[in-house]
Amino acid sequence: MKPIATTRSVTGIPTGRLAIWWVITSEIVIFGGLLASYIMHRLGHEEWAGYAAHTNTLAGGTNTFVLLTSSLTIVLAHKAAEAGDGRKAFRFIWCTIFGGLTFLVIKSLEWTAEIKAGYTITTNNFWSFYYTAAGLHGLHVIAGMIIMGIISFQARRNKELQRVELIGLYWHFVDLVWIFLFPLLYIAK
Amino acid sequence: MSGEHAHAHPNYIKIWAILVFLLLVSVAGPMLEHPIITLITAFGIAFVKAFLVAKHFMHLNIEKKLATYLLCTAVAFMLLFFAGTAPDIMRHEGQNWEHQSAKHETARALKAAEHDPAAH
Amino acid sequence: MSNASSPDSAHTGAHDEAHHHEESFFHKYLWSTDHKMIAMQYLFTGMAMALIGGFMAYAFRMQLAYPGEHVPGFGIVSPTEYNALVTNHGTIMIFWVAMPVLIAAFGNYLIPLMLGCDDMVFPRINRLSYQIFLISALILIASFFVPGGGFGGAWTAYPPLSSKAIYNLTPLGQTMWMVAVAVEFVAFLLGGINFITTAMNSRAPGMKMFDIPMVIWMIVIASILFLASVGPLVAGAVMLIFDQTLGTAFFDPNRGGDPVLWQHLFWFFGHPEVYVVLLPAMGIVAEIITVFARKKLFGYKTVFYTTLATGILSFFVWAHHQFVSGIDPRMANIFTVTTVLISVPLAEMCFVYIATLYGGAIRLTTPMLWALAFLGEFLIGGVTGIFLGASGADIYLHDSYFVLAHFHYTFFPIAIIGVFAGLTMWYPKMFGRMMNETWGKIHFWLTIIPFNLIFIPLFVLGMGGQHRRIYNYEHFPELAGESMQDLRILATAALIVMLVSQAIFLFNFFGSMKAGKKAGRNPWRANTLEWVTASPPGHGNFHPMPEVYRGPYEYSHPDREEDYWPQNEPPN
Repeated sequence: MKPIATTRSVTGIPTGRLAIWWVITSEIVIFGGLLASYIMHRLGHEEWAGYAAHTNTLAGGTNTFVLLTSSLTIVLAHKAAEAGDGRKAFRFIWCTIFGGLTFLVIKSLEWTAEIKAGYTITTNNFWSFYYTAAGLHGLHVIAGMIIMGIISFQARRNKELQRVELIGLYWHFVDLVWIFLFPLLYIAK
Repeated sequence: MSGEHAHAHPNYIKIWAILVFLLLVSVAGPMLEHPIITLITAFGIAFVKAFLVAKHFMHLNIEKKLATYLLCTAVAFMLLFFAGTAPDIMRHEGQNWEHQSAKHETARALKAAEHDPAAH
Repeated sequence: MSNASSPDSAHTGAHDEAHHHEESFFHKYLWSTDHKMIAMQYLFTGMAMALIGGFMAYAFRMQLAYPGEHVPGFGIVSPTEYNALVTNHGTIMIFWVAMPVLIAAFGNYLIPLMLGCDDMVFPRINRLSYQIFLISALILIASFFVPGGGFGGAWTAYPPLSSKAIYNLTPLGQTMWMVAVAVEFVAFLLGGINFITTAMNSRAPGMKMFDIPMVIWMIVIASILFLASVGPLVAGAVMLIFDQTLGTAFFDPNRGGDPVLWQHLFWFFGHPEVYVVLLPAMGIVAEIITVFARKKLFGYKTVFYTTLATGILSFFVWAHHQFVSGIDPRMANIFTVTTVLISVPLAEMCFVYIATLYGGAIRLTTPMLWALAFLGEFLIGGVTGIFLGASGADIYLHDSYFVLAHFHYTFFPIAIIGVFAGLTMWYPKMFGRMMNETWGKIHFWLTIIPFNLIFIPLFVLGMGGQHRRIYNYEHFPELAGESMQDLRILATAALIVMLVSQAIFLFNFFGSMKAGKKAGRNPWRANTLEWVTASPPGHGNFHPMPEVYRGPYEYSHPDREEDYWPQNEPPN
């Protein structure tokens, strides 16, 4: 029941993929605004290096590894979908969802420990930015997992296989944000 | 409607392995506690990793250039935002002015850190 | 992806036919994915919000004219209520009237029709965008009824006034306001992506880039501007909500935060936002003046490139709103230069429009009157902006009624004149009937004349030193003089005349749906594709889908007997 409009492609990029590029563009400016604000404060307040010393680099690093691996699995899902193998795509998508889940579990443990140690969102502005930035990112992880789940069931029946690539692009973007969040929040001490 | 963009796939596992290696370097580098090395490894590598993900996983190398222009323009706008805002937020003093509350906060925090054995 | 063309081509479109003949009320009016219906939903919601915003203006202007007196229909206006009225008037008019009507309603309606498609590329996301938008409107309205009432910290919501309930006295309202705005942003991001993707990918075969009607370009570029600028404010909104509810200190100077950061986050969006609403209005005017002067647009490519330049420049001027906030003076220099510079492309567009009219066979229909009024009034608004853009003059004028009059001389043409222009222009297409011309003209004059009588006094008051957002000027001896108070009363009286006159429009608008003359397919004898199909268009819009052979403004072409040349007419 798709409109004829959806099938046209004057730009040469299929409509769904064109839309995802615009979604990512809008997300770059959202995270960009938040992170630019963080960086300004970080560079201007030398005491923040001391605050940042208390973040858990092992947890952050492990989560980076988890997301990188999940980017791998979702691109392998795309490769399978392109070859027409919906069932294989389904399995790879669920590996990715599992990666997202692992990410969230590690983050929960990490945050629980930090909150218990007394570092809450109101402790100081560094920690406010820390929880807000990572939290906003985490919300995007959750949203991605939900959409991936829905698409996986369509893909398994070999329906709407092009959507696997689209959610993959979104997921790579979520990974990209974390690639920058990791050094910004964890490493620069 | 798959296959409209059937293309040769690179070895994704190889790219992943490079990414993981870079991750390890970026964690190890700051342990040397040298500011320039930290900058290059932690942040420089972040850009390299991002480039690899964008090029090989997101297929920007075979996508129409429009997509790359869009994303780069968004990043450019963020640099513009930073440039216009940082003089007020990042800097705490200038020719005829002083950001007193920020300076007080920094002084207070540094003093508290001196007394606090847990901070390093 | 079914392109099955049904044998029953009179009624149906490219979708499955059987279900569409018996659509329930729910499916047809409330749960539709048809872009035309969604456009109507945005239009009527925007109109309803305009009534609320207009009523708020009535209440606070009555307070200003007769301080402390009971306002009929409202009661006594307390200081807190005054602040809430001015805050929500501004917020509603920009986010819940101008944007939904100019971008979402006209965009939804016109983009598929003018580009020759059967719908937007993502109809269900289109429906979702409206639903999210409606929720945002309901959240805002709900904020008026909670303990403490609606937020009163100005539409610009500067912290710490906006972040601490001990200052703004509206603990629930402050957060509901910010959440409503943030949710509205999400709705427009979703909608905008739909518009941009449809426009980029789904044009009719044969329609080249410069065959696209100007209003479509304007709406699409506006959507791109919105998308690119709103990000930092979304981040800022989250930060403000956390300051309000969790006690974070993002904007609290006592605890290491910085209120000026909010200002930058807000205005980085806030300035492009005014161009986001301006561009569609200018697009509507372009369509009207070409049709009713029977003349080609004077410089299509000029207008196009100028619009792009304006859009890009609009990102480089934002801190002119912050000249007196303590920003770095060297930045103030830079922003003065860019601000004065941006008046150049805008003025150029106005000159192109005037050149389009020059020598044309002008028919002063109601839409044309509105389009001409737009040009005149917007020029006044634009010129007065130059005084404000110069940081030296702005030191005196900032936060005075001069600013207020300036932005009403720009916003009113955009959100009110532009909307009336568009509605009177496309009403025949939307509803299959003609509006009454006589009442249309009466409504026009009874809106325009009072409008000027409201805001010219406000320029005078502003230059006289009257600052904004004060609920009672009797407390300021130098502003409480009789001559100044007379101007306030004049402005209020004019406002009441203007508001009451809108009843004429409402009667004409709703009455003509039943009683208006039947419109036919192309009553204005225009070129663009929406006039090719029935009035109103059926499901799927076009049967068969059109192909395009020329640009949209081939009026009075020398090689032709007719003074118009539809885009889809094959060359002979």
